[in-house]
Amino acid sequence: MTLSSVVIVGAGQAGFQVAASLRQGGFAGRISLVGDEPGLPYQRPPLSKAYLLGKIKAENLVFRPAAFFDQQQIELIHDKAVIIDRQNQRVVLESEKALEYDHLVLATGAHNRPLSIPGEHLEGVFGIKTLADADALAPRAKDAKNVVVIGCGFIGLEFAAVAAAQGASVQVIDRGGRLMARAISPQMSDLFLKAHESWGVKFHFSQAVDQIIGENGKVVGVEKADGEVLPADLVVYGIGVIPNITLATEAGLEIENGIKVDADLLTNDPHISAIGDVACFPCVHNHGEHTRIESVPNAMDQARAVSARLLGKAAPFVATPWFWTDQGNLKLQIVGLSTGYDSAVTLGSMESNQFSVLCFRRDHLVAVESCNRSGDHLAGKKILSRPPELTAAEASASDFDLKAWEMAHRL
Amino acid sequence: MPTITLIEHNGTQHSVMGEVGQSVMQAAMNAMVPGIQADCGGACSCATCHAFVEDAWTGVVPAAEDAELDMLEFANERQETSRLTCQLTIQENMDGMVLRLPESQY
Repeated sequence: MTLSSVVIVGAGQAGFQVAASLRQGGFAGRISLVGDEPGLPYQRPPLSKAYLLGKIKAENLVFRPAAFFDQQQIELIHDKAVIIDRQNQRVVLESEKALEYDHLVLATGAHNRPLSIPGEHLEGVFGIKTLADADALAPRAKDAKNVVVIGCGFIGLEFAAVAAAQGASVQVIDRGGRLMARAISPQMSDLFLKAHESWGVKFHFSQAVDQIIGENGKVVGVEKADGEVLPADLVVYGIGVIPNITLATEAGLEIENGIKVDADLLTNDPHISAIGDVACFPCVHNHGEHTRIESVPNAMDQARAVSARLLGKAAPFVATPWFWTDQGNLKLQIVGLSTGYDSAVTLGSMESNQFSVLCFRRDHLVAVESCNRSGDHLAGKKILSRPPELTAAEASASDFDLKAWEMAHRL
Repeated sequence: MPTITLIEHNGTQHSVMGEVGQSVMQAAMNAMVPGIQADCGGACSCATCHAFVEDAWTGVVPAAEDAELDMLEFANERQETSRLTCQLTIQENMDGMVLRLPESQY
C-alpha cells in the first residue's frame, strides 16, 4: 500500500514525533499536523518545573523552530478536528476545512481531570497542562505566600518542590496515603516524603477537599473534608488526566480507557492509528493487558513504531515503558511497570538520596525505580528489554550491583 | 552562529548551525541529524543523545556533572570523550567543534 497523505490529529509529543519520524524515514507524501493550541509544538515536561523556575525559556520548549516545518514540508494546522468521516477518509476541522487521508494518526492526548468542587474556577486555582497554563501560573508562583497543592502525583509534587524553592509555605492534600502511590513503591514514596518535608512541604493524607474558598473572586483557602481550612493565595491541582476520546467516540472507534488499539497500534479501522496518552494498547510489560501509558517516552516510542509501519517496516509495539520526574535535587527514573509486584530489593541508601528499588513479580524483575542512580535506571532498562531475566534471589545477594550484573549478562 | 560538525557512525557528516545558549542536542535535532534520539527532550534522563567529542575539543567543553557521568556509564560504546549532547551548551568558542556519533543510542 502506497501512502500519499498522512493526517495527524494532535500536535503534542506523539503527534509531532510521527511527522518528524516519517520525514526522517524518507516519506515524501503530504503530512498535515493538526493542533488546537497556538504556536509551535512544544515539550510539556518542563512546564511544571524548569520552565516555572526560569531555567528554560519558551523558545527552547519548542521541539523545532518554524523553519523546520517549512523545510520538511510538514503542514502545521492550528485548528480543531471535529469530525472523522471514515467513509470518505477525511477529517473535518472547526474551520470547515477538510483534510483527506490515506492514514490518520490520532494523538489527541489527555486533559486534566477537573476538581469538580465548589470554587474550582476562582482566580488563583491552576491546573498545569499547556504552555498557557504555565505562563499564567509562573508569575503567581513566584509571589505566592501560601500554596496548597491538591494531589501528590508527579505534577503536584514537581510543583510543590518549585513553590517551596521559591520560598512559599506549601501544603499538599491527597486522598491517598503516600506520594506517587499509583507509580512507585512505598519505599520510594518514603524517600520523597522525607525530602519534601526537608524542603518545608507539609502533607495531609487520606483527605478529600470539600471546597475552595474565595473572596472577591480570588482564592483565599482550601477546606478539607474534616473541616480544616488551609489558607491559600495559590492552589495547584494535579489529580490525573482524562484521555481525549470525543472525536474517536463520535467516529465509532472502539473505546476502552482511551482509544483501543492492537499490538500494531491500529484502531478497529485499518486506516486509523492511535498513539500516546490517548491510546490503550496490549502491553507486553503488563501481562498483555490493554494499558494506557501517560509518558513522553511512550509517546515517542509509539510515534516511531507507527511511522515505521507506515514506511513498510511493521513490528509489534514492545518498547519498555519508562518515566521520570525531577523534584528539587532528586531525579526519579522508573523503568517497567510494577503493577502487581510481590517483592522488592533495595540498593543504595535513602539517607544519601541515592536509592533504587527493584520490583519483582513471581521472582521476575518487572520494574526498577531509581533516585539519583541513573546507572541503575539504564541497567534496568537493558535488563527489562532482553533476556536473561534477573531473579529476586540473585538481587538479594549482599553485595549485589545491578550495573555489574547487567554488564556480566550481556549476550 | 557557531557551526558544529556531527559525524554519523557510517561517516556521514552534518554541519549544524547552533545558537549560543542552545544545547548541541537541540541544534542536531533541528537539523534532523540521524543517530541522536533525545527521548527525554534534554532532561538528562535517557542517555540517547550520546556523542564522542573529538580530542582537539575536549578542553573546550565543560566537565560533566554527576548525573551525566552516571548516565554515561551505561551509554553504548562509552569512551573517555563520551558526552550527552543535551548537557553541552553551545558557546562561541565551540565554532568548528567536531563530535562523532555511536552506532546506536540503545
